[in-house]
Amino acid sequence: MKKPAKTKSKNGGNNPPALELRLYVAGQTPKSLAAMSNLKRICSEHLDGTYTLEVIDLMKNPALAQGDQILAIPTLVRNLPVPIRKIIGDLSNVDRVLVGLDLRAPDQGRAKKAAPSGTAVGAK
Amino acid sequence: MAKRPRSKPAAVVPEESTLQPLPKALSGISGLDTISGGGLPRGRTTIVCGGPGCGKTMLGMEFLIRGAQEFGEPGVLIAFEETPQELERNVASLGFDLKHLIATKQLFLDYIFVEPSEIQETGDYDLEGLFIRLQHAVDTVGAKRICLDTLEALFSGFSDEGVLRSELRRLFRWLKDRDLTTVITAEKGEKTLTRHGLEEYVSDCVILLDHRVQEQVSTRRLRIVKYRGTSHGADEYPFLISEHGISVLPVTALEMRHDVSDERISTGLKDLDEMLGGKGFYRGSSILISGTAGSGKTTLSASFVDAACRRGERTLLVGFEESVKQVGRNMRSVGIDLKQWLDSGVLVHEAWRPSQYGIEAHLLRIHELIETVKPQHVVIDPITNLINGSGAKEIYSMLMRLMDYLKSQQITSIFTNLTDGNESAEQTEVGISSLTDTWLLCRDQELNGERNRCLYVLKSRGMPHSRQVREFVMGADGIRLIAPYVGAGQVLTGASRVAQEAREKAEWLLRSQEIERKQEALERKRGALEAQIRALQVEFMAEELELERTIGQQRSRETQLQLERDAMTRLRSGARAADEKGLAADNSGEPK
Repeated sequence: MKKPAKTKSKNGGNNPPALELRLYVAGQTPKSLAAMSNLKRICSEHLDGTYTLEVIDLMKNPALAQGDQILAIPTLVRNLPVPIRKIIGDLSNVDRVLVGLDLRAPDQGRAKKAAPSGTAVGAK
Repeated sequence: MAKRPRSKPAAVVPEESTLQPLPKALSGISGLDTISGGGLPRGRTTIVCGGPGCGKTMLGMEFLIRGAQEFGEPGVLIAFEETPQELERNVASLGFDLKHLIATKQLFLDYIFVEPSEIQETGDYDLEGLFIRLQHAVDTVGAKRICLDTLEALFSGFSDEGVLRSELRRLFRWLKDRDLTTVITAEKGEKTLTRHGLEEYVSDCVILLDHRVQEQVSTRRLRIVKYRGTSHGADEYPFLISEHGISVLPVTALEMRHDVSDERISTGLKDLDEMLGGKGFYRGSSILISGTAGSGKTTLSASFVDAACRRGERTLLVGFEESVKQVGRNMRSVGIDLKQWLDSGVLVHEAWRPSQYGIEAHLLRIHELIETVKPQHVVIDPITNLINGSGAKEIYSMLMRLMDYLKSQQITSIFTNLTDGNESAEQTEVGISSLTDTWLLCRDQELNGERNRCLYVLKSRGMPHSRQVREFVMGADGIRLIAPYVGAGQVLTGASRVAQEAREKAEWLLRSQEIERKQEALERKRGALEAQIRALQVEFMAEELELERTIGQQRSRETQLQLERDAMTRLRSGARAADEKGLAADNSGEPK
């Protein structure tokens, strides 16, 4: 079912992961593939590793769509920290993904970096 | 954004084939199947649109539930607005057990919640997730029916309308491909039938619901705006949401095929029975009693109720003017005891304020009462109060439906109707008189400073009836219908009648005294004559006695003379002396 695609923790498991992400896709469509590769890049570039990520293929597990109220594909769900955030689309707009994940304030843009401690993100 | 809908119902031109009728799926909603000519288009999409609170969701739910329960067609409900718990509660009030249906896989419920604030759009996407969920739902129960309640909620969740519209188009195609009979509910837009112009994609069947308030009374209406490929009722039909679900009232679609009874039942008044051909009303007929205020409508109907209960026939009395106890007291004053029937259960008396509900709710409650009480007679007193606040036309159609229903159940119905007392007393406000079989009119007649109640039979179908205006007299010993004094070109009632009758009585008294006097004189004369006859008879008897005595004496003397003559003869012929002597001694006292 759920396959943990990547779990990284620099702290060696001392702290619970700061981010809990799920990516919902439906088969190997171009959009799904694009979303997956975009997400991988964002994670490696902008996250310090304190996150978990599950990729859920609704083609295989259609019943799982109900739980997270998935309509659009692909959807990236940030379960933790609350509140729940949903980022839909192929994640090609990195800024919006970061805003959506609360890793960057929407207005402050690049001038000021509002992010969880230690994640210095120097986009652009 | 959206095209203006083609407002009028589509012409009745079958789209696919002129030979095969459009397959339809019965909705199970009473009345809707009648006006749609057999239900919603099978395997196609129907849009149900209307303002908030007009019953869209209810219609969709009932379509699914009845489909599952009555037609063995499992259904899927995709709810965008209400949670499963809310829906369960909503339909539980209609007596549907959603949980059971879900547990037995007759129904699948998926709640789709779209929260725009949670969603961030970052590039290309589609609504494949929705399709996956639909497919999953349909597969789970093997659905034949599906209801998407309110699909347009999607428009608030996603900002890319281009994507949304293309996905909607895909959705409708998807539904059609799977041969699902679909109901989509949508909020009514300002200029369009639906806020986001869904009718653009679906053109098979569009039903418009409406909930309007007229003079503080709400009415729900349903109209089939279009139904491609079939004929359908195009009018606005009132509908109710009751404990038994939605019920559309297709008045004009009802056929008049009810059985009729030849049995006659007493009106409770001997005098009134006489006026109605001597036998009273027909069983199962509808009777209208109209009249001005205080003309005795309630009393008349109460006496009918009393008679019916006396025969042991269940009767339902619905009052809008007086409380149950008040009616009981008032009727006791004219010698009708309704309480005994209430106690024995043969009479059910319900009273509520006319302003309590709208017209539809009133009729609904009456319907429900009829179904639970199962009466043989129903009295509604008065229908006038139902009219307050509603259009006459609605009342007309509602009452027609009620009467039809009662007739089809062979229930005798009495409606009283308050008229306003002017010269148009023969005109009922809602024109329901044409629906009734027997129409009694109570009227006040004012003459010589007093008002008197009059009653006459305006019409009574299928029986000879009196054309006389009777005076209607109520007293502690009951009700009487008195033939009024008719004479000298005028009809006299009340005190005038009494005065006239008194005058006649005096005259009659005089005449009878005269006769008596003459009779007495005759008697006296006869007495005198008879006395005379008796005296004469006595005289005659005395005379007769005297005469008979004389006759006797004469006869004995004759005999004596004969004897003497014989003796003389013997003497002359020389008989014995002893004989002579003896003879002489015998006749010594007698003169010769």
